[in-house]
Amino acid sequence: MNRIDQKLGLFSAIPLLIVLVLAFVAPLGVVALFSIMPQKTFSVLNAPDFSAYATLLSQGYWKSLAWSLGMALVSTVTLFLLSWPLAFAMAKVFKRFTLVLTIAVVVSLFVSENIRLFGWLLTLMKGGLFEGHIRAWFGVEFGGVLYNVPVIIFGLIYVYFPFMLFPLAQGIAMVPDDARQAASDLGASRWRILWEIDLPLAAPGIVVGSLLSFVLAAGALAESKLLGGQAVIVMADEIETAFTYGQDWPLGSALSMVLIVIIGSFAIFGISKVDLDSIMGRRR
Amino acid sequence: METHRTTRIVLYAYGILAILVLYLPLVSIGFASVSKARYLTFPIKDYATRWYGKALESSTVADLLTTSLSIAAIVTVVSMVVGFFGALAFARYEWRYRSLFQKFVLLPIFFPQTVLGLALLMWFNALNIIPSWHTAIVAHLVWISPIATLIIAIRAYGFDPALEEAARDMGASTWQILREVTLPLLMPGVISAGLFAFLLSWGNFPLSLFTTGADSTLPEWLYAKMVSGYSPLVPTLGMLSVGASFVVLIIAVGVPRLIKSMRSTRPQQPVKQ
Repeated sequence: MNRIDQKLGLFSAIPLLIVLVLAFVAPLGVVALFSIMPQKTFSVLNAPDFSAYATLLSQGYWKSLAWSLGMALVSTVTLFLLSWPLAFAMAKVFKRFTLVLTIAVVVSLFVSENIRLFGWLLTLMKGGLFEGHIRAWFGVEFGGVLYNVPVIIFGLIYVYFPFMLFPLAQGIAMVPDDARQAASDLGASRWRILWEIDLPLAAPGIVVGSLLSFVLAAGALAESKLLGGQAVIVMADEIETAFTYGQDWPLGSALSMVLIVIIGSFAIFGISKVDLDSIMGRRR
Repeated sequence: METHRTTRIVLYAYGILAILVLYLPLVSIGFASVSKARYLTFPIKDYATRWYGKALESSTVADLLTTSLSIAAIVTVVSMVVGFFGALAFARYEWRYRSLFQKFVLLPIFFPQTVLGLALLMWFNALNIIPSWHTAIVAHLVWISPIATLIIAIRAYGFDPALEEAARDMGASTWQILREVTLPLLMPGVISAGLFAFLLSWGNFPLSLFTTGADSTLPEWLYAKMVSGYSPLVPTLGMLSVGASFVVLIIAVGVPRLIKSMRSTRPQQPVKQ
């Protein structure tokens, strides 16, 4: 049986491996190659120089990188704090409502991200749903709350909420009720249970949730473009500009490489720390 | 450990609030789509549905819908097949590189989609392939087939390998087992993976952005209009796109239920297997 498993496992992995090698690994290889080509060339057949990286260092692109990573960090921490009570309730308190909440959140994911952000634009802009109604009902006027850093972070929190909520709820569901009961019987306080039982035992869910939201937020583009106006330029925006207006593929590739290496090392580190079998509910 | 009554009420209220916030932007778009004015300001004074008429007549819109629909349909079929086998390798078979494979499959999900789209654009360029909606299918697959794999894998984890072993002991071939034992047991997972694949592809924007070439999908067109200035067609088409997703969802969830209830009213037949 075991030998058959070996063979069948490899065979069934092949279709997905083909997709990922041809359309994920190979393109990343091309990005890496392009990033060391001379600037403003459109072929990988030139003699490599590292001018794109030199430009990257000298032109102050670190600012965009800092904005991207900083906003991703703030939104991830906020998301964790906001999602924890809800995830806890989904795993331990709600009964049928967990299903309702799950369906509501998943269905919202099926609406294009930029449509939902555009909805916030209409809600928050001057003359939008909030400001317009407040002006009409109370006669108080105020400028919209758009085009600044907090609203970009709000957009990130809004869009990546499901990516924190679900792994967290899954992680908390793995905390055995007996352990919490025992700690409580032995006189542990609420905070002590949270600190010494819930958080450590739900760690795989916390890692996956935080990682997903951080990584996705760090590479996000639409939030800063639609809600943030030109308040700050994020990394993904710089990359897009280098490719489109700049027509500088090597520079765009070098910028991408920076993002890829940072995000990739976070992702690989995080993924290697968790046991996927137990998170996904293996029975054997 | 029972939670306190007030805590419970607060948590339920929090959950309801979360759902309301989640859907608030769609409420704004919904109102905007029936506003008569060319330049939108709330509160809306005149309501009109003429923008919907305009949208449905327009040939651009028809093209956008066809492109989005074709991509989503092909992505759905391919990712169901790839995901079915992928899930078996992910969850069912004990093979040597399984844990490595699991980690590899997760990587594209963690990857910024815009950057992935650009990387694919350069890759297609290196291969001398001109981007069109066909290449967007490939882009969507990189991200959606791992998700489909995960969804089916959840089902495959709960699957008792003894069933396959029994079939093998009775002399069934590998192919027969796959077709008559494994596939039917995983079918609910495969169907929900297909549903996810369709809806995620239909709504995807960052992967399409650089990979559709001269063609354009609905979310892409909407984005272009959003950045370049307000057009009354944006909320209207946004609503139509959302509406289409809901219709697909209701059909996908409703039809199997209907069939089930029709079956249960018929006299019970002896169960095969």
